[in-house]
Amino acid sequence: MAKENKSSKARIFLDPILKANPLFVMVLGTCPALAVTASIESAIGMGILFTFVLFFSTLLVSLLRKVIPDEVRTPAYIVIIATFVTVVKILTETFLPALYNTLGVFISLIVVNCIVLGRAEAFASKNGPVDTMLDALGNGLGYAWAIIAIAIVREVIGVGTITIGKVFTFLPKTVIPVLAGYSGTDIAFNIPLFAGSAGGFLVLGIALAIIAAITNHKAAKEREKARAAKLAAAQAAKGGK
Amino acid sequence: MPFIVSFLLAIISFTVIDNVILNRYFGICSFVGVSNKVKSAVGMGLAVTFVTIMAALVCWPIYNFILVPADMKYMETIVFILVIASLVQMVGFFIKKKSPSLYKSLGIYLPLITTNCAVLGVCSGNVGYDFGYAMANAIGTSLGFLLIIFVYACIRVRLEGANVPKAFKGVPIALIVAGLMAFIFASLNGMIDLGAWGVQ
Repeated sequence: MAKENKSSKARIFLDPILKANPLFVMVLGTCPALAVTASIESAIGMGILFTFVLFFSTLLVSLLRKVIPDEVRTPAYIVIIATFVTVVKILTETFLPALYNTLGVFISLIVVNCIVLGRAEAFASKNGPVDTMLDALGNGLGYAWAIIAIAIVREVIGVGTITIGKVFTFLPKTVIPVLAGYSGTDIAFNIPLFAGSAGGFLVLGIALAIIAAITNHKAAKEREKARAAKLAAAQAAKGGK
Repeated sequence: MPFIVSFLLAIISFTVIDNVILNRYFGICSFVGVSNKVKSAVGMGLAVTFVTIMAALVCWPIYNFILVPADMKYMETIVFILVIASLVQMVGFFIKKKSPSLYKSLGIYLPLITTNCAVLGVCSGNVGYDFGYAMANAIGTSLGFLLIIFVYACIRVRLEGANVPKAFKGVPIALIVAGLMAFIFASLNGMIDLGAWGVQ
């Protein structure tokens, strides 16, 4: 019993990271996933801020789940989320103004990110604070790695270099050349389209197609296995007769 | 430049050049989610147009005449989202009472608008602008949303019958189409210079 409980807790945390990834599988929260992924650093920043807001707002929703009346729960959740977004906004403006300027209005837009309201509504309003914290961390990390992956593809192919220290100003400013930017040469293999507005759609579309291909392949394999097992069982039954 | 000319130029600029979906990435969720059918796409577009303009009309005075004098600029996000949520509710009640048939076609999209980034994005973006430019932003943005979601829904209806690789079926090919549209619209960049407002 105790073991089962533990594995279900692990599943709450691990499922949203891969199997039920909020971006790649559920296709939620697409606006920031396209808007802040032109550079890796801003994607990392967005991932951190998003996880922070998701964690604290769903935790509060879970703690208040027996207090908030059912009829006004959506406005109540929105106010809770907006409060934490405001906290995050003030904190970034004070401590990381470069990140605040890069993300701009998209920090405010965490309020209307479907994932936060979705998790508050679907999970935190029905579960205890411990499960909710695990769920929020899982979803936050799942979303963060997804947007960082998109940002890596877009920055490497689109800009050709990886820039560090532009948004996180406490890091030393370095530019790592990958497809372009080697000093002394003007050879560049980068495709600027990917850093522009069209690139976000293209990269996310291709990523979703790859995931669909993997899922289709797995389902086909599963079907094949089930058929083989059925065939073997039928043959065994025949042999027994 | 006379005010009305620059006002119209700003609206055109926000509608097609700095398009809300393709260039600013606002409202992608409803853009992909509700564009399966042309009729529902137009319904969603109209509802967003209405709420965005109303919300901008209400939020700009609240910010400039209440929050700024009271030195409570940081309350911006909370106040705006509350205004939008209550506006959506009120619009719902009003349409239900005045025109039940319109409510039937728009009704299901109304709750979705509260979480449409375009509305809050416009209101938050308007914070530093003067009233004329803020209104141009609201009108242009919502017209841009309507235009693009309509065109996109027309393309997606054709896609249903197209012979697409299995993995790309559904949302992936729709996103690729949106990417190609963004690529086309990006070529309009820099067509209008909005020097009148000193922005852009």
